[in-house]
Amino acid sequence: MKVEEPQPLVDQEPADVPFRLLTPDGTLQGDLPPGLDRDRLRDLYRLMALVRRADLEATALQRQGELAVWAPLSGQEAAQVGSAFALQPQDMAFPSYREMGAAVVRGVDIVDYLHFYRGTWHGGMYDPAEHGFGMISVPVASQCLHAVGWAMGAAMDGKDACALAYFGDGATSEGDFHEACNFSAVFKAPAIFFCQNNGWAISVPLSKQTAAPIHRKAAGYGLPGVRVDGNDILAVVQVTQEARQRAVDAGIPTLIEAVTYRLGPHSTADDASIYQPREEVERWQALEPLSRYRTFLESQGIADAAFFGSVDEEAAAIAAKIRAGIAAAPPRPVHEMFQWVYEQTPQHLARQRDEVLHGGQDADA
Amino acid sequence: MPETTMAAALNTALADSLERDDRVLVFGEDVGKLGGVFRITQGLQQRFGETRVFDTPLAESGIAGISVGLALAGWRPVAEMQFDAFSYPALNQTISHIARYRYRSRGRAPMPVVIRIPEAGGIGAAENHSDSPETYYAHTVGLKVVVPSTPMDAYDLLVQSIADPDPVVFLEPKSRYWSKESGELKSGGLPIGRARVVREGGHCTLIAWGAMVSRCLEAADLAAEDGVELEVVDLRTLVPLDLETLAVAVRTTGRAVVVHEAPMTLGFGAEVVARLVEDCFVNLEAPVLRVTGYDTPYPPATIEEHYVPSVERILSAVGRVLSY
Ligand SMILES: Cc1ncc(C[n+]2csc(CCOP(=O)(O)OP(=O)(O)O)c2C)c(N)n1
Repeated sequence: MKVEEPQPLVDQEPADVPFRLLTPDGTLQGDLPPGLDRDRLRDLYRLMALVRRADLEATALQRQGELAVWAPLSGQEAAQVGSAFALQPQDMAFPSYREMGAAVVRGVDIVDYLHFYRGTWHGGMYDPAEHGFGMISVPVASQCLHAVGWAMGAAMDGKDACALAYFGDGATSEGDFHEACNFSAVFKAPAIFFCQNNGWAISVPLSKQTAAPIHRKAAGYGLPGVRVDGNDILAVVQVTQEARQRAVDAGIPTLIEAVTYRLGPHSTADDASIYQPREEVERWQALEPLSRYRTFLESQGIADAAFFGSVDEEAAAIAAKIRAGIAAAPPRPVHEMFQWVYEQTPQHLARQRDEVLHGGQDADA
Repeated sequence: MPETTMAAALNTALADSLERDDRVLVFGEDVGKLGGVFRITQGLQQRFGETRVFDTPLAESGIAGISVGLALAGWRPVAEMQFDAFSYPALNQTISHIARYRYRSRGRAPMPVVIRIPEAGGIGAAENHSDSPETYYAHTVGLKVVVPSTPMDAYDLLVQSIADPDPVVFLEPKSRYWSKESGELKSGGLPIGRARVVREGGHCTLIAWGAMVSRCLEAADLAAEDGVELEVVDLRTLVPLDLETLAVAVRTTGRAVVVHEAPMTLGFGAEVVARLVEDCFVNLEAPVLRVTGYDTPYPPATIEEHYVPSVERILSAVGRVLSY
């Protein structure tokens, strides 16, 4: 299949052409990234397919009122799965609100993760340390600085570990992003800034966010900047692996701009048809990451119909598990509202808690 | 009489202000083509063009900071912060500059800036979308803090805020965006800085602002069934605070309960109570109580109903006040 390339989002110079290993029709150009045997190549597809299915399930659950809101990630599976796949277990990823794909790769239980969006508990129900996956961060770009601090700490401990911050193109306008890049370069923090440039920050196109390509901003901080085809999972794995190596070996942080596209709305509260041109969505639909990678696997004889069938079955089972897990989750008991404000609940809070539980007429346990 | 939602009233206030004064500018995140995430700026860019109504980069400190420069250049910026908690990155510019430029310049550089912020909870939103940040702003001298509670008043107060020569933090109770009221949208009613008695009653005064005004009116309706007449005062403006109206109301009833959604400790209710004790001590028949959010982060959506002051909590406080 020959697909028409989308217009570049910002004027391109030769250096701005994204690094790519798979052509849009799924042909491998050059060598595979090191360390990817057949099982791991198949695993990359499996993970993307599970994430796609879980994303659709979450959207459906929101439509049925089971989730308060959902920020879909369809179209960005390669960027998320590929980058998280390139990390080691001892590394730490710092997500925004759109990184379920990375969460899955880090082993976070999807139902635990979705509790954030159900309004059951602010941080979701997973343990950030256990999975090397920080808590969902809603204030845009704020997590970039957390990643730098973690990386500085890990470096001082002499660990072979790096921190990776996920954020969007809009986030590169926030002060926190710039402060993070600068800190990381000055302190040689083993950090990776992984920008998913999906073309839109809610309704605002990239051209209203920045006049310079995102990867080129790195130069101003003294960092390497890399632009990669974010819908090519093999290319994403490779550039993230390389960035990880630079970070832990030499304390050189990298800004990666993964060029991808937000195929759905910003969130389930959003009507993207007001601002997203239909032709643009259609052009990017043809470049979406799963079918491209599937074509590659099939044409190389790495995966066959039986494999894809088993992935579909597993995805359906996960969707069912999500549905059952979410539907079965009641609100948390009200006393938890007071429980983790401080390590030890101070008296004034204990009094307020007791009033809710026993005193007021609206009390509830 | 036509019925208007608060969202539509605010939209009309912006349109009328843009129309009346060609120095007014409206900007923020997603306010252009999309018309804002709550559609408060819907249609304004189409009507007034991209120079006067524009999307900014995603940068709150930038949005507040350019307001300072635009005001110095003779424009009247009306900036939108997308949600309460996202106004925090802009606090430095707001506190360090917008609030004190007039003072530092010995009156030579006024700051006719309006910062609109959808605030407070009750709509089942995700984290960081339900804060009540009024105390941060009310504690910052040099800012006016305005919180409308009805569509008609929202129109009037926003038009006045945009015309005001001082910086105004304009907090929009987002759970009331879709509330309706019938009447004519007009400006020139009660000025900024004046509270309003929205319901008369002789037994006890309820004092509230924003979304909690309607909650207090519900409580008053219920109390009336039991023969308890509650007075309800809508502050409308936290800074400057209308102590006179408050004092008159509380002197008449001798009893008061302050209701707000922000956490109790150092919430604006603390200021109201202190003022009432100073001004009306001899007239008070009972301590002034507060019904507020708890001293916790705004909780997850599925338990927020236990956090936001309920009619029952308000009535139980009234009961205690009346028992003195
Ligand atoms: C500090 C801050 N301001 C505003 C918002 C509201 N908001 C949530 S997501 C978003 C757009 C973010 O766009 P981008 O960084 O490109 O990431 P994407 O959503 O496309 O993944 C905005 C404005 C926020 N969460 N935090």
